[in-house]
Amino acid sequence: MEEHLVDWSRAQFALTAMYHWIFVPLTLGLGFIVAIMESIYIKTGSEFWKKTTKFWMTLFAINFAIGVATGIIMEFEFGTNWANYSWFVGDIFGAPLAVEGILAFFMESTFFAVMFFGWDKVGKKFHLLSTWLVAIGSNLSALWILVANGWMQYPVGMEFNPDTVRNEMVNFWEVLFSPVAVSKFLHTIGSGYVMASLFVVGVSAWYLLKGRDVVFAKKSIIVGSTFGLITSLFLVLSGDESAHQVALKQPVKLAAMEGLYEGKTEAGIVGVGILNPSKTLTNDEHEFLFELEAPYALSFLGYHDIHAFVPGLKDLIYGNEQRGIMSAQEKIDKGKLAVKALEEYKEAKKVNDILKAQEAKVILEENMKYFGYGHLKTPEQIVPPITPTFYAFHIMVTLGGWFTFLFAILLYLSMKKDISNYRFILKSAIWSIPLGYIAGEAGWVVAEVGRQPWAIQDLMPVGIAATHISSTNVMISFFMFATLFTALLIAEIKIMTKQISIGPDGGH
Amino acid sequence: MGFGSLDLLTLQQFWWVIIALLGGLFVFIMFVQGGQTLIDTLSDNEIEKTMLINSIGRKWELGFTTLVLFGGALFAAFPLFYASSFGGAYWVWMIILFCFIIQAVSYEYRSKPNNFLGAKTYEMFLKINGNLGVFLLGVAISTFFSGSEFTIDSNFFVHWQNNLRGLEALLNPSNYLLGLSLVFLAKISGALYFINNIDYEPIRLKAIQSIKINMVMFLLPFLSFIAWILTKDGFAVDTNGVIFIEQYKYLHNFLQMPIVLGMFLIGVIMVVIAVFLTIQYKKTCCIKTGGLGIVLTVMSVILNVGLNNTAFYPSVVDLQSSLTISNSSGSHYTLTAMSYAALMVPFVLAYITYAWYSMDKVKIIKEEIESPDAHNY
Repeated sequence: MEEHLVDWSRAQFALTAMYHWIFVPLTLGLGFIVAIMESIYIKTGSEFWKKTTKFWMTLFAINFAIGVATGIIMEFEFGTNWANYSWFVGDIFGAPLAVEGILAFFMESTFFAVMFFGWDKVGKKFHLLSTWLVAIGSNLSALWILVANGWMQYPVGMEFNPDTVRNEMVNFWEVLFSPVAVSKFLHTIGSGYVMASLFVVGVSAWYLLKGRDVVFAKKSIIVGSTFGLITSLFLVLSGDESAHQVALKQPVKLAAMEGLYEGKTEAGIVGVGILNPSKTLTNDEHEFLFELEAPYALSFLGYHDIHAFVPGLKDLIYGNEQRGIMSAQEKIDKGKLAVKALEEYKEAKKVNDILKAQEAKVILEENMKYFGYGHLKTPEQIVPPITPTFYAFHIMVTLGGWFTFLFAILLYLSMKKDISNYRFILKSAIWSIPLGYIAGEAGWVVAEVGRQPWAIQDLMPVGIAATHISSTNVMISFFMFATLFTALLIAEIKIMTKQISIGPDGGH
Repeated sequence: MGFGSLDLLTLQQFWWVIIALLGGLFVFIMFVQGGQTLIDTLSDNEIEKTMLINSIGRKWELGFTTLVLFGGALFAAFPLFYASSFGGAYWVWMIILFCFIIQAVSYEYRSKPNNFLGAKTYEMFLKINGNLGVFLLGVAISTFFSGSEFTIDSNFFVHWQNNLRGLEALLNPSNYLLGLSLVFLAKISGALYFINNIDYEPIRLKAIQSIKINMVMFLLPFLSFIAWILTKDGFAVDTNGVIFIEQYKYLHNFLQMPIVLGMFLIGVIMVVIAVFLTIQYKKTCCIKTGGLGIVLTVMSVILNVGLNNTAFYPSVVDLQSSLTISNSSGSHYTLTAMSYAALMVPFVLAYITYAWYSMDKVKIIKEEIESPDAHNY
């Protein structure tokens, strides 16, 4: 398969995913914030809360449609650009997507119409229920697609069938409740809630700085920062669990996230650091030009034990007998055995040589765990791009810490002081909206760049997964998507900022 | 006793029926697409146009969701089709996707101030979606009968043999028949929906007029399409999984599956009745009859091409690479698991119907759209 093809296919998927992730977090969180606001309206009967609900709902809708549009592309791109992958794992991966459609999307789209157009057409309680169902539906959608993603990072609940040359699901519950899927789901929706909170407090801060819609803005900040503070803490906990899962299931990714070349016990976390660009796997230069390290933290984060050994990239590539770590070369050898056994199995089946097929199958099963390695050429290929993985991880964590602090201080000032006087904090809240998007995208860079070269961890490298097609086709569609998505993003931002400047009174 | 005790072929057939049902529902919901192409024809001023757009704008998401589910269900139930067709006929699907992305944003953005591209552009997007998107979907489905150029290797990886990557389907005039049929059918159902949903005489009268023209425009390609499939050779599969050409295969399928033939005939008759009652007696409720007719007709065509030992996605360059429901399906376990999930479908349809009923019992009137409080598209 030509080399450029894989790069273009990855670029196109990354483009779609990153655009998708501009819109989805707001949908995930704002849905609940709007539902909370409408609940207050129903409880108090106050027109003020109805107006507030409707304003945030308008912004929700502007953002929602484009999230739906980019989402459908992602679903179909599995087929259009990753056809081989689609067959190899479709038996597992397809099911969550179908269930997502049945259980989540219809709920979301049906009640979306009621939520927007039903104010005067259905009863108040049915309307409120619809608003909650939109929020729940959109979060359920996230569940199923993240289960699918979690499965790619840590494939479970399946067996390889050499007759169909694919993985087949044997345990749906194992797929659904895989610890990676669960922690990924919680951490991802958590980031959506924080993003939506940042959006609400940031937009409200802008009103306060302008000295307009003051009561509306202050009350929105209270709702936003309360929701934000609670969900930030949730984000920290789920992030901790995610890192623990990465340590157990994808140690190479963890080593890349921390720029850890040599394994060590009582390993610390580099809180702030600059990677040494001339450091390679083979030279003895120091990993960092500058670093501030929190001692023991990586051992604790990864393995919940401050004395634990955290393997470095070198251990994982070249092996570490003392720690019982197999070298990548050994895995490649086993992978090649598996790939060869599969071919022999198919040949034997073709000529109906049962005995030979049986022998081949035994070898295949013994080495199936390393099947994907059979397609790699060098051991070093198991290492993902270290620089983006390292920086994306640190940007995400640092910003996550800042958001928690910001929500706490906003909540304190709203309750105890007149927050309008704290202009610096208000400005920081506005600036934190783009930072929220950066943090979210960085999180996905860690997850997806960090798992390279695998489309499916250990089983299928991206080079094998892509559709057989000339790269020119994918290049053209890449630029078509890039142009269209960018145009739509500009439209969304312009419409959104206009609606914000019109404000909750709707200009009348 | 449960889905797990059914044999694999039964599960595959069950899932093909679900796919056919989803296909039928999707074509029915294409009244949104059809309606989009009528927004200028049926309106004399901006208010009327806004009424039309708001009427279908409250339903577009259901169509979108059905398309997503259609894709997801194919992925899970018939993954080899998903890989072969989407990966192979790359450009047809890409263009269809483009037609749907631009639909998704257009309703919400069209009437908003500062919307960057201007209301006219978003209206054009809706028309592209309604004409080109629907047409290409018809062309793509038509290849189920005309065949495609691909091979499947021993790893079950697809190799498309035509560099046009799916666009070559447009070189076969027969494929235009289904494409055009769907475009005009969607216009008819769009008009039927407007007549039901909008309580405003001038629009209703114009909608009736449009149905008269579009019914003729629909019947020409549709009857030709039916004549084509009933007289053409088909792709059959024997008990050993060997694919062969059978004369009049699709005619035989109808005759050997009388229930499917019955669905087809009843479906077509229902559509005709719906159109007749609307034109002759100015009935406003015919979207229900016509809609059910569309679902039945489309279902019967999809069932015809998939069941009764038929290769539903044939390869004309390597007959044995053709896909059947047996050689392209998910495993027994996955089909079983998904069948349990599919038990939710009646429940989903029930709440959609309830929500739809609650919303539509109050028809759209001019005053609602003119009200300053309205959330308008």
